[in-house]
Amino acid sequence: MTPSTGSGRRRTVAVISAGLSQPSSTRLLADQLAAATDRALRLYGEEVLVEVVELREHAHALTDSLLTGFPSGALADAVDVVRRADALIAVTPIFSASYSGLFKTFVDVLEDGTLEGKPVLVAATAGTARHSLALEFALRPLFAYLRAAVVPTAVFAATEDFGTDAALSRRVERAARELADAVQGRPRSGPVDPFTNPTPFEDLLRG
Amino acid sequence: MQLGIFSVGDVTTDPTTGTTPTEHERIKATVEIAKKAEEVGLDVFATGEHHNPPFVPSAPTTTLAYIAAQTSTLLLSTATTLITTTDPVRIAEDYSTLQHLSDGRVDLMMGRGNTGPVYPWFGKDIRDGIPLAIESYHLLHRLWREDVVSWEGKYRTPLQGFTATPRPLDGVPPFVWHGSIRSPEIAEQAAYYGDGFFANHIFWPASHTRQMVGLYRRRFEHYGHGAADQAIVGLGGQVFMRRNSQDAVNEFRPYFDNAPVYGHGPSLEDFASQTPLTVGSPQQVIERTLRFREYVGDYQRQLFLIDHAGLPLKTVLEQLDILGEEVVPVLRREFAALRPAHVPDAPTHASLVAAASTEEVPA
Repeated sequence: MTPSTGSGRRRTVAVISAGLSQPSSTRLLADQLAAATDRALRLYGEEVLVEVVELREHAHALTDSLLTGFPSGALADAVDVVRRADALIAVTPIFSASYSGLFKTFVDVLEDGTLEGKPVLVAATAGTARHSLALEFALRPLFAYLRAAVVPTAVFAATEDFGTDAALSRRVERAARELADAVQGRPRSGPVDPFTNPTPFEDLLRG
Repeated sequence: MQLGIFSVGDVTTDPTTGTTPTEHERIKATVEIAKKAEEVGLDVFATGEHHNPPFVPSAPTTTLAYIAAQTSTLLLSTATTLITTTDPVRIAEDYSTLQHLSDGRVDLMMGRGNTGPVYPWFGKDIRDGIPLAIESYHLLHRLWREDVVSWEGKYRTPLQGFTATPRPLDGVPPFVWHGSIRSPEIAEQAAYYGDGFFANHIFWPASHTRQMVGLYRRRFEHYGHGAADQAIVGLGGQVFMRRNSQDAVNEFRPYFDNAPVYGHGPSLEDFASQTPLTVGSPQQVIERTLRFREYVGDYQRQLFLIDHAGLPLKTVLEQLDILGEEVVPVLRREFAALRPAHVPDAPTHASLVAAASTEEVPA
């Protein structure tokens, strides 16, 4: 994790990793994507802060928040990391032909509009390459529904991809470049805070 | 400081006995609870409004009028009145009537309701929730203040030369609070009119309540109703008490664990640390409640939820005894001692009548 430099030019990249084992190949892929994105953004002269959210640590809080309607404690902080970030790297293991339940639960507790227009890189891991299209038929539509700006290259890594073949690294680099480019095209202003800047009542009254 | 209770009106099976009250028993219990609230010295009883099982209070003014007839000092209120799906003309007339019958012992809290199908049952759409609340309340506000109203809006048939009857008691409309868990637009609305803002408080963390109340106070000042710390704030709270705090925890735990809203989720201890829920001795309730003002400022109304999740009537009445004997007198004294002189009380019918007559006298 890169420390804050206090520069106004700093970009933040949130990473959510839904791996369950320790160590996890999902986290391994997430770290590679984060490092590549960090490098790509620095080529643009940006300061970068990468913030990683391990969803496993929030498993109990996620279930609680489905029932209570609010994310508590560290989960609330994690949600806020995603909300404030300039870009999101979302990585899940593929379970039963789709994203894992833990991954979806986190997405479900995000407030409406959290990901609207936000550049997102989707990635997944699984035991075999036969699951690779889950990225295209499950993750991409999910983020399209949330009006996120998903970059064209989605990165899938089967267990065997972590071998000597450099193909995975090339896909990681390409996806990271696309994400950095998408961030470059975005204004720096963070999300509008309705508590700091409420819609004036006269505007509400006009409907 | 006004201290009281608010009731959701749920019919819930007692998880410790498997007993479910009938609707008849629940409605009668509501009346008993309200009467007991007055008897033990509480100021306010507020009922919810729902139009779907397992809730019984679909006709709040009927119940409140029945309670008004059997009480003499208790202020009757709602938590909340559905401003989205109830015709504002009906609200104006029902609550003016209640005002006359109760000699002014009535105010209301506006809310939107969060049950999707209730909206189409009343010809509305939940996606219009905020615009409905804004347009309908704006009409209601006029109906209570203008004898003849001509009006046209998006969500209701137009009115030409309409007079809502009866006119409010002494020409003074009931005071209105706007309740919300999470919508900044509602805090903005309350601030615009100089009405009260009631933060539900009990289902969300304190940090969120602080943000909502902070917004309301800033905007109250912005709209020229007074300084931010003079805005009229109410808070929900949720308590269960026994002399010995461990007895309270042991007795309440099965009700918490099976509660319709948060049951089977967080532990009682986690939820109590994340929200204002206080399960323990009367002293713990006093100490916790006195700390609310540290993040919302000096406020005017504190309502507790005590009759939910299947708790039997006998237990609820015992809770009221404890509130009345040990908690409320101390809170009343301590809040009064802490409050600066320029922070007003919550408006009552008498204070609103007095304010109106001052305005009318030429200087």
